[in-house]
Amino acid sequence: MARGIKDKVAIIGMGCSSFGERWDCGAEELMVEAFEEALGDAGIDRSQIEAAWFGTAFDKVHVGGSALPMATTLRLSGIPITRVENMCATGTEALRGAAYAVASGAADIAVAMGVEKLKDTGYGGLPAGSKGTLPDLWVPNGSAPGNFAQLATAYSAKHGISSEDVKQAMAHVSWKSHQNGAKNEKAHLQKAVTMDTILGAPMIAEPLGLFDCCGVSDGSACAILTTPEIAKALGKTDIITIKALQLCLSDGVEASFNSWDGSHFATTRVASKKAYEEAGIKNPREEVSMFEVHDCFSITELVTMEDLYISEEGGAVRDILDGFYDADGGVPCQIDGGLKCFGHPIGASGLRMAYEMYLQLQGKAGERQLKDPRIGMTHNLGGAPHNNVAAVAVIGRMD
Amino acid sequence: MTQSVGITAYGAYLPRLRLDRASIAKAHAWAMPGLRGQGEGERSMADWDEDAITMAVEAARDCLQETDRSSITGAYLASTTLPFADRQNVGVVASALNLGRNIKSMDIAGSMRAGTSGLIAALRGAGQGTTLFAAADARKAKPASTNEFQYGHGAAALMLGSEGIVATFLGSNTVTADFVDHFRGAGEDEDYAWEERWVRDEGYMKIVPETVQGLLDETGVAAGDIDHFIMPCTMGRVASGVAKRLGINDEALRDNLAANVGDTGAAHAILMLAHALEDATPGQKILLVQFGQGADALLFETTDALSSLPARKGVAGAIARGKTETEYMKFLSFQDQVSIDFGMRAEVDNKTALSTEYRKKDMVTGFMGGQCSQCGTVQYPRTLYCVNPNCKAHDSQEPISFADVPAAVMSYTADWLSYSPSPPYYYGQVQFENGGRVLMGFTDVDPEDIAVGTSLKMVFRIKDFDKQRGYRRYFWKAAPAA
Repeated sequence: MARGIKDKVAIIGMGCSSFGERWDCGAEELMVEAFEEALGDAGIDRSQIEAAWFGTAFDKVHVGGSALPMATTLRLSGIPITRVENMCATGTEALRGAAYAVASGAADIAVAMGVEKLKDTGYGGLPAGSKGTLPDLWVPNGSAPGNFAQLATAYSAKHGISSEDVKQAMAHVSWKSHQNGAKNEKAHLQKAVTMDTILGAPMIAEPLGLFDCCGVSDGSACAILTTPEIAKALGKTDIITIKALQLCLSDGVEASFNSWDGSHFATTRVASKKAYEEAGIKNPREEVSMFEVHDCFSITELVTMEDLYISEEGGAVRDILDGFYDADGGVPCQIDGGLKCFGHPIGASGLRMAYEMYLQLQGKAGERQLKDPRIGMTHNLGGAPHNNVAAVAVIGRMD
Repeated sequence: MTQSVGITAYGAYLPRLRLDRASIAKAHAWAMPGLRGQGEGERSMADWDEDAITMAVEAARDCLQETDRSSITGAYLASTTLPFADRQNVGVVASALNLGRNIKSMDIAGSMRAGTSGLIAALRGAGQGTTLFAAADARKAKPASTNEFQYGHGAAALMLGSEGIVATFLGSNTVTADFVDHFRGAGEDEDYAWEERWVRDEGYMKIVPETVQGLLDETGVAAGDIDHFIMPCTMGRVASGVAKRLGINDEALRDNLAANVGDTGAAHAILMLAHALEDATPGQKILLVQFGQGADALLFETTDALSSLPARKGVAGAIARGKTETEYMKFLSFQDQVSIDFGMRAEVDNKTALSTEYRKKDMVTGFMGGQCSQCGTVQYPRTLYCVNPNCKAHDSQEPISFADVPAAVMSYTADWLSYSPSPPYYYGQVQFENGGRVLMGFTDVDPEDIAVGTSLKMVFRIKDFDKQRGYRRYFWKAAPAA
């Protein structure tokens, strides 16, 4: 395996817009909101930026194609800017591009920006539309909840855990994220809810009820990256670095071969193993202080905690119900409310996860600050359980 | 006739849903309380994803069974509700059945006699090779009309040829008379009918006896020797009146399936013929009549081969799989006779790339996957590199059909968010016994019938409608096998 980029790239500034139904904002306003915060945090001038990566997934419902919307909106002059799209893992993809530019020496300072303006479609949930001329001919016109819901039936069947117990653990996942989201003034949903409300909610895609599903939000997030050396030269102390960035895509095996059982993410397992190796982490359950995982649906978070090797296979239900992933548990997860409550503006989500890690590692997370976190991990997933893109990032303190 | 031709196999299909006629009467009672008397029994109703083409495919599958598809040399489809006015409909059926390219093919339409006139033409040309003849209809009727109670949706299929005949074709006679008992203008959805008493007295009672008598005279068969008399007619006692007038025995009169199926239009004579073949014993004579701008009469005699024909679902099997439907609004919505607000997700543009569809015809319409010649892995879709992670061989896959492979539910959901004309939308991962796996839409599902491990069979259905352009696309769906 390659040497990796551990400690070669430092995050010197981050910004994140408020997420939610931002009726008064387009993608442009959202981008500027995050960019201004990041520039101020980094203490640099935009003229120092040498390259940028722009992540947005549903461009057809807001800015349209290419990286031009970022260049023109942020008035970034004369620098290379690349648009990236990898479904819901788009935000982490933007971070990878910028990080690799810095690590390679191609750019001293690079920016990763993710944005999505989703609330101009006229309806809730992700935009529906063509999946491509050939998939349209045979792939079911399912929704994200419908695809992810199948994890629950397969997980129950595989582990012999009753659907009621799985449903209870799923509800606790969402309950915990609402508890956390209530302490985040930038979150889309800032209200705690009861287990009864969650369990009694209307069905979206069986067995996922309304509270098992994250919302769809408008928002953006931004990271400014450089090398640790330049960061020090800029007067930064308490340097936060990237320890690992890994990406794994389905190669068709889950969808068309018969080795996958439908209950887990094969890609997340590969990506997280590689990330632990790149970051030098031997025992993630002990060494990783906190997680922001892709909780698009409660069941996704549940099985992901096994795919990240934090819970044993078949053990996530017990860990969740024991409160292991609660804010005061062994390994807090979704401290900022997660996709569930902070919100899920697709192209921004991977960067929003990094933003929370960045705040926590610097002790700047306010009311939801954890005690002395050293290593944080983000997990950002695009697609569906049988065909997906898994992106993970390990971020930590330099010392 | 120098060479005997006839029917070599038969099959039938009825949609699973059977609309409870009392539900129709109840829905209209506010305005038409007199319809209450019509509210007895059930009628078959196509699901939202069924039409003449999909029903013909299923009837043909019941008929063909294990028959080598490459032995078929002709394919015909008769219907008055063909989904395409210009695009050969039987071509879709042939593709779904993976019939070869070197076949004769034709749609027959325009009259209730499409089934019988088409069958006569097909039989006259059936001396060489094996012909697939299918008839299907899914007629709409005006809400609160008696037709709405009387119509049913269904299909039947026959295999015709000169070898392995189970019912020999003895002859036919046709009378053509522009007698307009009802009509449906081009582009119209529903029929317009004239007074029943006139249709009975001047139509059926005069034209049918004339047609049958001509046939009996030509073939030298006595009316009293007819064992099965098939005459679709929803009017009470007309068929028995015709039989009496001709001297056909009362016992020969076949059940017109009005009680629990309804009148399946241009398919009905063929459906009743399939039903008669299920009950017939060797050496029996079957007389088939269809009225409509004149009449057709056909005469068959069953052979010893009938008793050795492999078992099939047939009409009895199709009737037995029925599920009573009491939601009249669902029926209206499925037929596009009421426009339900399904929300903005229903607005998605379902434009079909016709060039993509043609390029992938085998894969999509024919449900052909691939089997790797190096590692044996069966996969869908068939691709240029084998999906087996330990193989990945290039260009190694031979076509393999998934249509008749037993399968089971691996995972599934009932989705209330996605648009479906019949919510919730059921879909999931389907594991095939041959090792293949496909994410598929489900159909014919009841909540209590579906679980991980449920046995599934594949059925040919409409996938999407493109209402903007009047197109529809088809694919296979998984249905509970039981």
